[in-house]
Amino acid sequence: MAAGFTREQVAAIAALAHLELDGAELDLFARQLGDILTAAEDVRRVDTTGVPPTASVLTRHASDRPDEVRPCLDRDEALANAPDAALDAGLFKVPRVIG
Amino acid sequence: MTTATTIRGVRDAVRARHRSAADVCRETLDRIATLNPQLNAFNTVIADRAIARAEALDRDHDRWRDAPLFGVPVALKDNLCTRGVRTTASSRMLETFVPPYSATVVEKLEAAGAVIVGKTNLDEFAMGSSTENSAFGPTRNPWALDRIPGGTSGGSAAAVAADLTPLALGSDTGGSIRQPGALCGVVGLKPTYGRVSRYGLIAHASSLDQIGPLARTAHDAALALSVIAGSDPADATSAPEPVPDYTAALTGDVRGARIGIPRRLLEQGVDPEVSRAIDAALDVLRSRGATLVDVELPHAKYAIPVYYLVATAEASSNLARYDGVRYGYRAPTTKDQGLRTMYGKTRAQGFGPEVKRRIMLGTYVLSAGYYDAYYLKAQQVRTLILRDYDEAFGDVNAVDAIAMPTSPTAAFPIGERVSDPLQMYLADVFTVSANLVGLPAISVPCGFTAGRLPIGLQLTGRRFDEATLLRLADAYERDTEWSKQLPPIASR
Repeated sequence: MAAGFTREQVAAIAALAHLELDGAELDLFARQLGDILTAAEDVRRVDTTGVPPTASVLTRHASDRPDEVRPCLDRDEALANAPDAALDAGLFKVPRVIG
Repeated sequence: MTTATTIRGVRDAVRARHRSAADVCRETLDRIATLNPQLNAFNTVIADRAIARAEALDRDHDRWRDAPLFGVPVALKDNLCTRGVRTTASSRMLETFVPPYSATVVEKLEAAGAVIVGKTNLDEFAMGSSTENSAFGPTRNPWALDRIPGGTSGGSAAAVAADLTPLALGSDTGGSIRQPGALCGVVGLKPTYGRVSRYGLIAHASSLDQIGPLARTAHDAALALSVIAGSDPADATSAPEPVPDYTAALTGDVRGARIGIPRRLLEQGVDPEVSRAIDAALDVLRSRGATLVDVELPHAKYAIPVYYLVATAEASSNLARYDGVRYGYRAPTTKDQGLRTMYGKTRAQGFGPEVKRRIMLGTYVLSAGYYDAYYLKAQQVRTLILRDYDEAFGDVNAVDAIAMPTSPTAAFPIGERVSDPLQMYLADVFTVSANLVGLPAISVPCGFTAGRLPIGLQLTGRRFDEATLLRLADAYERDTEWSKQLPPIASR
């Protein structure tokens, strides 16, 4: 399917990513995503039989730490960057979810 | 041409009371005010805060005298959170974001006596190779104002190259410290994955991101790494390995060091002027007693597509947090538009084109039906690249470092590649492997093109063996003059 994205396919991906794209962007990304994945076709042809995936190169993790209560972010500070927060109530606010 | 400022020079002058930290700071701010309008290296300059901090250091001279960065002005890439100072990631999404906490590296710098003067420009969310993908306009290369400085830490590289600050921090996900270092003619070091805490770094691709220094010399990079490295309870991926004094490794003695050269990988796509400079640099190291050996990295040719499958997948997940609820931009909506519409419009208006493109690609390669074909496959080929490097550093080849150009070309003109993402991605062809395999890598200036554009030599090392890279880079600097050269714009 690489090299051949339709507008509808791009729109479906955009919906998954919560990105509202305009018509010009749908066309642009249909072409560019196809081009980029075509360039990745060589990777798909590599024989990886029995090869485990590498998600992280960490060889060892930092040791566990005690689970102690420590100070956390002050509520006013946590809300300070929020658009349209209800500061007095100490709440983030979002547009209506349920009709 | 005058000698550029170094960390060591500034620190020693302040320590000996030849200069006050406040004088150094004011001169730095004056230079930024003069040159930044041409360079656009800084998104934010915090003049009042910096002077207050420098004066406080001066008042307490005895306490700070032995601090390794006493009075040293430092610039921070604008994806490193600074408490009380706007941190934008060069995105409209975070244009007014003021973090309530500082990154661990910021706290370490300040504890070492540094004076933070501002936040530098980058490609939006550290996605790009040219610092053109910034919501606040491109940064310009101090050596040629019509050319890119590299990216994504282009503002940090330009700040050091133009002698605005002797140290800047960057972050490197696929070459974003080393490539701008090379293109601006300064030293750039990406430490081993886990060497430096990522706490407070705005996440791009979490299995690849690493913070590191851009500096004038290998010695200054070593000094800075000694300050910022170390384990951190706030970053579970930070490594418990002890932090040496990296400057102690700079003996000038590279006799017996084995430097591997992946000649087959370099056969295609390297500009001849770059190739000649790399060969000449390797001759310098050989004349100091290093041995050059051929190595094979048969899967490194897949590094670019593997990188773009892995990095975009991680980015699409990391950037899901920008939803207009807890911080950042929120698009206005009408009363009858719901939450999902707000998300979609916020992200459409807050993100620029490259960020959208990568979120789209990453979402696709993680989606049901394509995960195995793209993301899992890329992670398997990542294992093969890792094995190539293990073999090169292993018992048979036993190399101490692998040498390559940092970038296949010198800095390209602003605007040349912005409309062709695949061309832009190729700028990282020699740098992305080190991120995929988590190894440390340094770029050190090694010459100029006929048109006076800097060229960088990249050395990749063993896990947690930054010391060897710094020793090689420092030894090379002792026999060459490249690191001492300043662009005409920076002449005092």
